[in-house]
Formats: sequence, structure tokens, C-alpha cells
Amino acid sequence: MENSAPISITESQKPLSPWRLFWLRLKRRRIAMLGGVILIFLYSVMLFAGFVAPYTYSRQDRDRFFHPPIWPRPSGFHIVVPRYEQLPGDFVYREVPNDTKPLHFFVRGDQYKLFGLIPATVHLFGSDDNYPLYLLGTDQFGRDVFSRLLYGSEISLSIGVVGILLSFALGMIIGGISGYFSGVTDTVIMRFCELIMSIPALYLIISLRATFPPDMSSSQVYAMIVVILSFIGWASMARVIRGMTLSLREQQFVLAARSLGQSNFKIIVRHILPNTLSYVIVAATLSVPYYILGEVVLSFLGVGIQEPQASWGNMLTAAEDIQYLQNYPWLLAPSAAIFVTVLAFNFLGDGLRDAADTKSL
Amino acid sequence: MWSFVLKRLLHMIPLLLGVSLLTFLLMSLAPGDFFTTLSQNPQISPDTIARLKAQFHLDKPWYVQYFFWLKNILSGDFGYSMAYKIPATALIFQRLWNTFLLSFIALIIAWGIAIPLGVSAAVKKDSWIDRGSSLVAFVGLSISEILLALLALWVAAATGWFPIGGAESPLHDLMSPVQQFWDYTHHLILPAIVLAAADMAGIMRQMRSNLLDTLRAEYVTAARARGLGEGRVIYKHALRNAINPLLTIFGYSLSNLLSGAFIVENIMAWPGLGRLTMEAFFAKDSYLVVDCVVMATALLVIGNFIADILLAWSDPRIRLK
Repeated sequence: MENSAPISITESQKPLSPWRLFWLRLKRRRIAMLGGVILIFLYSVMLFAGFVAPYTYSRQDRDRFFHPPIWPRPSGFHIVVPRYEQLPGDFVYREVPNDTKPLHFFVRGDQYKLFGLIPATVHLFGSDDNYPLYLLGTDQFGRDVFSRLLYGSEISLSIGVVGILLSFALGMIIGGISGYFSGVTDTVIMRFCELIMSIPALYLIISLRATFPPDMSSSQVYAMIVVILSFIGWASMARVIRGMTLSLREQQFVLAARSLGQSNFKIIVRHILPNTLSYVIVAATLSVPYYILGEVVLSFLGVGIQEPQASWGNMLTAAEDIQYLQNYPWLLAPSAAIFVTVLAFNFLGDGLRDAADTKSL
Repeated sequence: MWSFVLKRLLHMIPLLLGVSLLTFLLMSLAPGDFFTTLSQNPQISPDTIARLKAQFHLDKPWYVQYFFWLKNILSGDFGYSMAYKIPATALIFQRLWNTFLLSFIALIIAWGIAIPLGVSAAVKKDSWIDRGSSLVAFVGLSISEILLALLALWVAAATGWFPIGGAESPLHDLMSPVQQFWDYTHHLILPAIVLAAADMAGIMRQMRSNLLDTLRAEYVTAARARGLGEGRVIYKHALRNAINPLLTIFGYSLSNLLSGAFIVENIMAWPGLGRLTMEAFFAKDSYLVVDCVVMATALLVIGNFIADILLAWSDPRIRLK
């Protein structure tokens, strides 16, 4: 009893760590938190894409090309799926009245691999064979757009994060070296950065794409896109980190580290770069959308992820056909997914930037 | 001022040389060339292919090819397009002109709308116009050119107000010059609007924050203290200083615009450099790809050069550095 009061006082007076302050400031920005929650949701669904998707990305329903979205609806104590029949004419479908089957949860269906490793057949939901469940309709090959959207997110969502990790790690180390050593090293690196940044991004992306063979396996294409996007992305990061390093290396803690006999590489990685971290995190969050869009554009133009593998970019290629676009607008679903993802990253990044700005407290 | 202009001008030459060298190196790393597919054709003898290869210097190492290419470029000759079977010079410049016009019109639309919006958002901070425009800006920043272009195509098809893609109607050649001009403009409007819409959000937000920063400056308070009207304070004193930092993002905006034009051209069939790049890429016409990349870079570099000159002209501190 006697001890409790002094402890609580010392606890309340204990200085907050910079990261804790950062978190407290971030928590107050509701829009940023909303962006974060959306992203957590999207990325968790991505992890369990095979489980959440009722079908696999390549499963074709040859009786139902361009089927409009089928929505389950509540009926009594069940959720039921209506049956559709095809009418004469080009892909016209009509709901059959009073013909429904209940929706099941945790049903067995197509085989998939959970996390790309564990074979599994259980899906979150599904229905009977003649009562298919196409939440976002089907495409020109009779494949379920919703399932393909989820499988596509495995590529489109992860490629942004992997690309950022690679290019920012490169940018930080090269920028740190450039700023720390200055002189000829600095000049050469910075001129090369300028060179890369002076070519309009997509033109450079296509030139880089030309250096790879046209037909590759999907995992090779994935690695290729990461390499291409990182090759372009590191330059702007390196320039900023170099500028920060130029002022950081004059600080006393660097002098102290040097006088203690630390190697140059250790000083850069252990002492200088951690000081740039709050900037890097903000910049990374705001840059992920560019990497996601980079993959989307490459796949959309037909030089990225190839059919039948799904990516948000190559799914949109079907919508380029004006006839498809007018009659089957659900083919635009991937662009809505892209929009929500990019918006969420922008919300979160904007909040992170404000929270990292210590003047704002 | 003139020494500054000269210095910037001289700076462009090694940059363009470097870009052409880099692109050339990349294209030389590409597996196969235009003749790889031809050599599979049994009707074309290996001798013919060897002769053609020698004619285009494709049988020599890439740095030798580069010097031949550079020599031709410097005399204004962009070579011969293997895929189109016509001299590349006319092709490139026609496409360059289309891309330039598309980007230029988009630039005017974007800045013409974004700057007044940004100014009114800053002047009436926290009003409905501020909140509304910042919401639109957030959406605009997050929407990709692909979706905008697809939606524009959809609008064109649904309303019939605009042609669906391309730069000319089928009957273009039979029209009078005035009709031809209108036909071209009619085709240009929609892609330009799409491109402008994608670019606007960033400029607007920048303008707003710049003006808010300058409105906090002491000389603005001083101007108000002297009893100047609010209009004079904002438009004569604050706005002029808020424009300066905007010129520095001009280059960045231009880079976005050219990449955006690449997408818009490919979706809306606007015959510009971006579309030509993709066509040349698929045809494996590697010289043409290099030409396109260099021309697009030149467009960007010249744009940046103009922005630098404008900045030096409006802010004497820059040219004294």
C-alpha cells in the first residue's frame, strides 16, 4: 500500500520512447487507423486466399461465360443461393424463381495449397454444383472473378511489399555509402541515380523488361517484376538518404563510434541508417502503391504475369475490350480492389507522415 | 542569367548520352532480335538474313552498334524501322508530336484547374470547398490511369459524344484542313482529360500547403498590419511566393505525366510514343525502342530545363548559387 503511490508517480513521469510517442500520435488520426485496418484485412485475406475463394483461379465453367454476379440472400434461417438459367442469345442469364439451395460453410471443393505449402480442400463457403456462387460474376473463360481476385491479390499485394523491401534496402545502403564517403564514390552514384530518374518510369520499365526472355514461369516473372521495380525505385531513396547521411556523419555520435575503432560499414549500418528510419517507413508506405501499380501496368500490357495465373493487372486486360466493358462491367472489379488498396496505403502513409513530424505534437 | 542557362544546357548533353547508352546496353541484353523470327521462315535464305543483319550492323558488338546509331542520330537520321519498313525519323517525330500535344493539353487542364482549387482551399481553410477538394484529391491520388482510361472508354461508348480511341476518323484523309483539325481535337479531348485528372490531385495539394505556409509568414502579417485589403495580401504578396516551390515539382509532375501518357496511349489507342514503344517492343525492333526511350527522356529533360529557367527567373537566389 505504501509503495503503490510512489511507483505510479515514477511511472507516469517515465519518459516515453520515441516509438511510443509516434504510436500515440498515429492513434489519434482516425483516417490513418482506418487505412491500417483495411490493409490488415486485405493482407489477411491474401494469406488465406485459397481458403476464402470458393473456386481455384483456373477453374472454367464452360456453361457459364460472362455470368453476372450471383448474390446469396437470407431466407428464413438460411442463406440461400439462387439458380440461374441461360436464355437464348449472347450470354443472357435469368434467375429461376423459387429455386434455391442453402449456402454451406466449410465445404469441400477444389484442391488448393494453403500458404503455398499445405494441400487442402476445405473452403470458407460454397454451394451445390448446379447452384454456383459467382459473387463477382465470371469472365470470358467462365472463371469466377471473385476467386481470381483473391488469387490475384497473392501476387499484386505481395509484390509491392517485397519490391519496397528490396529497393529501400538497396537505396539505404547505397545512399548511406554515397553520403558517408562523398568524393568520387558519391559523384558516380549520384550521377547514376540522376540517369535513372531522368527516364520516364514506364519507358525504363519496358526497356528493362526487354532484357528478360518473353516466356518464363510465373515465379520467374514475379522475381523479374520485383527486380525491375527495385532497379528503378532505389534511386530516389538513395538520394534522400545520402542527403540525410551528409548531415548525420558530422554528428558527435559518429565521431565517437569512429574513435572507438568501428569499421565504416558498421558505422553506416548501425549508427547512421537507424536515424533515417522514421523517414524511410513513411516513404515506404507512400511508395507501395507505385510498386503495386507497376505490376498492374506490366501485367495489363501483357508483359507481366501471364494467363491463366491471375493478377489484378492481367484480369483488367479483358475490360480493355469495349464490348466486354459495356456488357459485363463486373470485369472492372480488380480496379476497385486496386483503388481501395492504394487509398488505404495513402491514408496510412499520410497519417504516418504527420505522426513522424515531431513539430505537430 | 545566361551563364545559368548555358550551364543547365550543357548538363543535358551527358545525361542524354548516358540514357541512350544505358537503353542501348539493355536492348543488347535482350534475347533474340527482329531477325530471330525471320530466320525461322524457310522462304528467307540465311544469306539474306546475314546481309540484312550486316546492313543494320546487328552482327557487331553492341558498343559498335551504339556508335553507328549515335553517328546517325547526330546527323538527324533515326535509321530504318525494321518492323514498320519505313524510315524511323518521320515515324518518331509524328509520334513524339502526338505525345507532346497530349501531355501539353493535359498539363494546361491539370494546372488550370488544380491551382485555383488549391488557392481557394487554402484561403478558405476548413470550409466545405477545402474538405471537398481534399477528399477529391485523396481519391484522385489513389485512382490509377488504367481505371480512368477504361471508364473514359466506357463513357465514350455509352454516350457517343467522343470517338473510341485513335487519333483520326476513318474519313480523315478526305476532310478539309479545318475539319481535320476538329477531328484531331475531338479525338484528343478525352485522353487529355483522363491524363489531367490523374495528375491534378498532387498539384492541388501542393498548392494548398504552399499557400498555407506563406500565409503564416511575417511579411503577410506585416501587410495586413499596414491595412492592405485581404485580396491584395493574398494575391499580390502571398500567392507569388507560394508559386515558387510549385515550379520545382513541375519536373516531377511532368515525369508522372509522361508515364501516365504511356498508359493512356496504350488503352485509348492514341498514337504516341508510349504506344509506339510497346509496338516496337513486341516486334523486337530494338533500335526503335531505344529511339522512343531517348525521345521521351529528351521531352522530360527539356521540360525540367524550362522549369529550371522559370525558377531562376522568378527566384534570383537560384541563379546566384
